Amino acid sequence: MSVPRTRNDRAWLFVLPVVLLVAFNALIPLMTVVNYSVQDILTGNPVFVGAEWFRKVLRDPELHGALRRQILFSGSVLGLELPLGLILALCIPRTGRGQTLALIVLAMPLLIPWNVVGTIWQIFARGDIGLLGAGVNALGLDYNYTARAFDAWITVVVMDVWHWTPLVALLCFAGLRAIPDAYYQAAAIDGAGVWAVFRHVQLPRLRGVLTIAVLLRFMDSFMIYTEPFVLTGGGPGNSTTFLSQFLARIAVGQFDLGHAAAFSLIYFLVVLLFSWLFYTTMTLEDAQERA
Amino acid sequence: MARIELTSLAHRYGPAGEYALRPLELTFEDGGAYALLGPSGCGKTTLLNIVSGLLTPSQGRVLVGGRDVTAEPPHRRNIAQVFQFPVVYGTMTVFDNLAFPLRNRRVAEAEVGARVREIAKLLELDADLDRRASALPAHRKQTLSLGRGLVRRDVAAILLDEPLTVVDPQLKWTLRRQLKAVHQQMNVTLVYVTHDQTEALTFADRVVVMDAGRVVQHGTPRELFEDPADPFVGRFIGSPGMNLLACTIEQGAAIIAGQRIALAAEAPVPAGAHHLLGIRPEFVRPVPANTAGALRVQVLSVADLGRYRLVTARAGDQTLLARLEDDLAPAVGEAWLSLPARWTKVFASTATHLSGAVPG
Repeated sequence: MSVPRTRNDRAWLFVLPVVLLVAFNALIPLMTVVNYSVQDILTGNPVFVGAEWFRKVLRDPELHGALRRQILFSGSVLGLELPLGLILALCIPRTGRGQTLALIVLAMPLLIPWNVVGTIWQIFARGDIGLLGAGVNALGLDYNYTARAFDAWITVVVMDVWHWTPLVALLCFAGLRAIPDAYYQAAAIDGAGVWAVFRHVQLPRLRGVLTIAVLLRFMDSFMIYTEPFVLTGGGPGNSTTFLSQFLARIAVGQFDLGHAAAFSLIYFLVVLLFSWLFYTTMTLEDAQERA
Repeated sequence: MARIELTSLAHRYGPAGEYALRPLELTFEDGGAYALLGPSGCGKTTLLNIVSGLLTPSQGRVLVGGRDVTAEPPHRRNIAQVFQFPVVYGTMTVFDNLAFPLRNRRVAEAEVGARVREIAKLLELDADLDRRASALPAHRKQTLSLGRGLVRRDVAAILLDEPLTVVDPQLKWTLRRQLKAVHQQMNVTLVYVTHDQTEALTFADRVVVMDAGRVVQHGTPRELFEDPADPFVGRFIGSPGMNLLACTIEQGAAIIAGQRIALAAEAPVPAGAHHLLGIRPEFVRPVPANTAGALRVQVLSVADLGRYRLVTARAGDQTLLARLEDDLAPAVGEAWLSLPARWTKVFASTATHLSGAVPG
């Protein structure tokens, strides 16, 4: 089966489009950031500063706060959206009009532009005129997301859950649809109850889509910017300032590009690290099976 | 152990739908090995799912050991089913897979262990008990799903829905041998659905041939081969299938392409045109030229298939196949073939016989 190999340098021509795409899309921007991160350009006369910016960023207590809040936020929304999305997917009817209706309703939050989501919730949660805010206050609770950090947190988390649980549900629904009928039939004959079917038929076969859901939701939530920016503006105080907003404040607000570039690189590596961790742990069993 | 009786059973998907299964009566005797044989879409799987309870028939009743189970869900019937594609619980070990039906029925754990080991030994799965089921090759997975059926002491019948589809050809024999061994040792009724006649005929004591939602014939492999009830069975069983020649019946003889072929005297022969004369290619014999009662044909081709030759001949506008020993095969050109009355069969031209069911 050996085909005689001929050397043909024209082959490089076919690789060129991809090389260009990757270069302009990823490599050049990334290298620009790397470039900024080791220089001081504020003086108008760029000076090489080495790891100075990185040291500064890593010691910044404000960044530590933002990172803590970010991890807490991503943890909360993942912990809520995954089980909720899975339960919703299991509740979608398997056939008929009910299914179409459920899918349409579920998909709606995903169709709304992100800044509009923020605006909707900003109004919805207002204590004076918002349906949610006024409703909660009418119950006798004192709710005010613009004044109290805890209330702002709850509002941001609930908003994200409302916005993104449908994505998890749709992914899980697609995964459930892909399970052949024979599995359910065999389970019925084996006398498996609802829980056993979920535990031994549905859940194992959803592992792939759940991995994707975890990765997507982690990356998106870890980089969340628009919705809290519109809803709370990061406040009250810094209580809902997450990493992206913090970064924007340095880069756009203070035009501190070296600082922001170093921060961006660290941010990027953190996202990469977490994604790698999630991916490796969730596909561990597959890897073991192949071995 | 129980016999399964299906009485005036019929099914259609949806109240206005076509019959997937036309009204039928069928009994699977206790401990028998049955094959349901028929082309794709003939209603085999529908019938199987009704017996196992995955499907509730739109008409008729299912009796297992005399008990009416028509309305019972699958897990309340003493029936197990093996599917076309191996269904195993991939995240569990082989042991846990075998134990699953028992644990779901709250059998005591000591009994579960004993029973699982017994069945694993019978199916030669005992070396793999601690492996994950997903790591098994396809044929072992299929053995495992068979095991999940056998492990229940109350199982009276195991239904197999084309279980060898995804199994490698060399391993099909292994699995079939295992199935035979299981059948002999466990005394369970086996119902085996297939569209492969070799599978059906080697496996089963009795074969139920189905076509277009009805049971066409029900008998031993030999009966189906020698005495097909219907042109469909004639064509479907055998390789190649039965020759079916259009003929006119006159005074106890068949007229084919203007030639008289004598028929067996005792055969009930309705006079008239548009009948079919059936004869298996195995029974067609070459005879010397101008033999009385033989059919004069033009031999078009002789194919050497190793163990025998397949002769394709034409009589008038009809094609006839003969399966002959090497030294008997005539050369291409004019030849005389005898169609022994002992092996010919006349199919009357009723609507059902000509319902387009004849393949090829």
